[in-house]
Amino acid sequence: MKIDFTRNETLVALIILGFCVIAAVSDPRFLSMATLTDLLRGGIVMGIFAVAALLVLLSGGIDVSFTAVAAFAMYTTAMLLNTLAPGVPWPVAFALAMSIGAALGAINGILIAGFGLPTLIVTLGTLSVFRGFMLAFIGSKQITTLPEGMREFGRMMMIRGTNADGSFYSLHWAFAATVLVVVVTWFLLHRTLLGRQIFAIGGSEESARRIGINVQAVQFFVYVYVGVLAGLAGVIHASMARVANPFDLVGLELSVIAAVVLGGARLAGGYGTLTGTLLGVALIVLVRNSLIVIGIPNTWQSIAVGVLILIGTGVPAWQAKRAAARAS
Amino acid sequence: MAPDTPPLIALDGLTKTYSGITALADAGFTIAAGEAVCLAGENGSGKSTLIKILAGVEQPDRGVVRIGGVAQGALNPRLSAAAGIMVIFQDFSLFPNLSVAENIAFSIELGQHRKLFNAARVREVALRTLARVGVDIDPNVAVETLSVAHKQLVAICRALASEARLIIMDEPTTALTEREVRALLDIIRRLKADGVAVLFVSHKLAEVLEVCEKVVVLRNGRKVAEGPAHEFDAASLTRHMTGRDVAEQPPEPLDPASPVLLQVRGLTKKGAFDAVTFDLRAGEVLGISGLLGSGRTALAKALFGLVAPEAGRIDLGGEAVKLGDPLAAATAGIGYVPEDRLTEGLFLTQSILRNVAVGRLEAHGSTGLLDLKAMWGEAADWLGRLSVKAARPEAPVRSLSGGNQQRVVLARWLARGPRVLVLNGPSVGVDVGSKSDIHRIIRDLSAQGLGVIVISDDLPELLATCHRILVMKAGRITDELSGSATSETDLAHRLAS
Repeated sequence: MKIDFTRNETLVALIILGFCVIAAVSDPRFLSMATLTDLLRGGIVMGIFAVAALLVLLSGGIDVSFTAVAAFAMYTTAMLLNTLAPGVPWPVAFALAMSIGAALGAINGILIAGFGLPTLIVTLGTLSVFRGFMLAFIGSKQITTLPEGMREFGRMMMIRGTNADGSFYSLHWAFAATVLVVVVTWFLLHRTLLGRQIFAIGGSEESARRIGINVQAVQFFVYVYVGVLAGLAGVIHASMARVANPFDLVGLELSVIAAVVLGGARLAGGYGTLTGTLLGVALIVLVRNSLIVIGIPNTWQSIAVGVLILIGTGVPAWQAKRAAARAS
Repeated sequence: MAPDTPPLIALDGLTKTYSGITALADAGFTIAAGEAVCLAGENGSGKSTLIKILAGVEQPDRGVVRIGGVAQGALNPRLSAAAGIMVIFQDFSLFPNLSVAENIAFSIELGQHRKLFNAARVREVALRTLARVGVDIDPNVAVETLSVAHKQLVAICRALASEARLIIMDEPTTALTEREVRALLDIIRRLKADGVAVLFVSHKLAEVLEVCEKVVVLRNGRKVAEGPAHEFDAASLTRHMTGRDVAEQPPEPLDPASPVLLQVRGLTKKGAFDAVTFDLRAGEVLGISGLLGSGRTALAKALFGLVAPEAGRIDLGGEAVKLGDPLAAATAGIGYVPEDRLTEGLFLTQSILRNVAVGRLEAHGSTGLLDLKAMWGEAADWLGRLSVKAARPEAPVRSLSGGNQQRVVLARWLARGPRVLVLNGPSVGVDVGSKSDIHRIIRDLSAQGLGVIVISDDLPELLATCHRILVMKAGRITDELSGSATSETDLAHRLAS
């Protein structure tokens, strides 16, 4: 198979590969089960967020409120279950968090699809409103004793083991949730007409309307779906951290969108792949976890991420510009 | 056609008014299955309203649409589509990010209320439709990578895939080269043989006349002519569309004593043009023509510094103009009106007044602050002189018709008081009446001593405006003709040979 160097996916994969080679050379212990499981663990919540962000970008919009939705859903779920039904099993907690996410997503959906407001402005607004509402009316103190179901889920490990040097490694069952989200979203995007309509709207909203796509309904679906994913990511985050901190997650949204754009999704809509998105997430998590291994201090982390975004999105854009200049 | 079978579409007495302004008045005609009809008219003649009524987007105030002899109640887009009426808009309404196959099959997939997407089924529909039209386009590539002509074919295929019985094409030839137009006409013939009717809606109809059976001309919302296509030619179409004879007289002969204004010597850019040498005298209109790829557009851009030549020189009034620097060219007194005014010449969302005034910011800003009053006054003055028809000068330039947009670009340059004006395709996308107005403006400007260079492949336009015409072929000037001593056929022959 010919490698297409104009694709972001290729570029990001090559950067990941290069990073791993340098890391392995400077510290042979980098190539271990522990690094891999750390990486996968770090990608669980960000991966779900990234899939959600990709879906919105594909539909031609942008959502920055999903982290606030996640924090709201996670904190409210923990609070509600603790007061009303602390003993219910974890699937109930998950269902509750996802329902809260869906309801908040529906608010975005009504404002965007129903009233036709610009997506960035709406979600900037709801980001602030959701977060503020939670802190003012639901609570702003950490919940350190989670309901039984969430605590139980927090202890569920898929793989557990010890390295030769005696250090532990483990992979949480929440990773399976991320895989499931990717598989379901892939099916939605590529095997259902609804998914194709999301692409079509992102390609040209006007054309979509002219051939009879119910643009409003599809947009509404997108924001509700994103809300559900955000709720899921939130409850997983709290379960794994074993604490529901209302100040967590918010602030992560730009890194997530950066990862998706790094993977080749266009902010103008209609273009982007799940493969690229996951590669983008992998790269950002890798840089966050392992920058120290290749001898760059952790204080440089955000600089490194920024440089990667500039390279990862700048190089293909520059190539496309040159190709266009040659063609004319 | 047997007299007892009702026509595919019969329009009768269609009338539509928008807030008191009559867009369409008592218009009616018929379209038979397998027939191609030209609907001609200038901007504002009611063509678009008629399309919208057929497409079900607008409801007529009075009148009936009959499909297959059955009078329709209120049409809506879905009913129209179900009856097989498909409109191909100028922008084609495709999805650039999706494959050719998906673009073709999307409407039927939607129409069948599918839940799941099956790539194999979609591909099969696309291949079948592409074969029906007889074109070879890879169904897997993204539409954004296709040429304009291929995009149009994909749009036609999409209409056919959804069982189109009447395809309405809005300005189908505007963006196509001559060869692509011929290919399109072949496909139209195939469709007609297949029983599909076609309605061409355009103000540039001479090109499609040969495949049409019937011509209908609208003017100010009324049908002013209807008849078999062979009874019309470009001149009679123009007469019906404008309601006047726009036979144009060639320019006044040039004063033999007028001095040389612009000297171009040995201008060369590899792969574009080679050793181009000519003079332009004050008051002269010089035409430069050539087929697509002859280098005429690159030369036009080079004259204004948008393309940097490797060798040669340009002198204006005896002083050298720096090559490859549009600012230097503008300062020296060269103005350039681009071919694609929408993307190269105008700030579409800005107001008409601002679009003119932007060329004069320096002149009115010498103290560091803008003298707004003088600037707006001057801009308004030029808009008046070129008779730009605009309800308000504060309206965005996008809201103007093609002819008026072109005048705005002209006004901006004229406000700067240029000595040489380079016009690249001055009447592309402009309707017939405005076109002759633009030609009149060109003649007036040259009479005032401006040197004008008209770059165009519209031969009647060159003959109507130019004193001299240079013919370019493969980057070289191969002929020099006197405008008054040349005929259209002679020019066409020299261009193509």
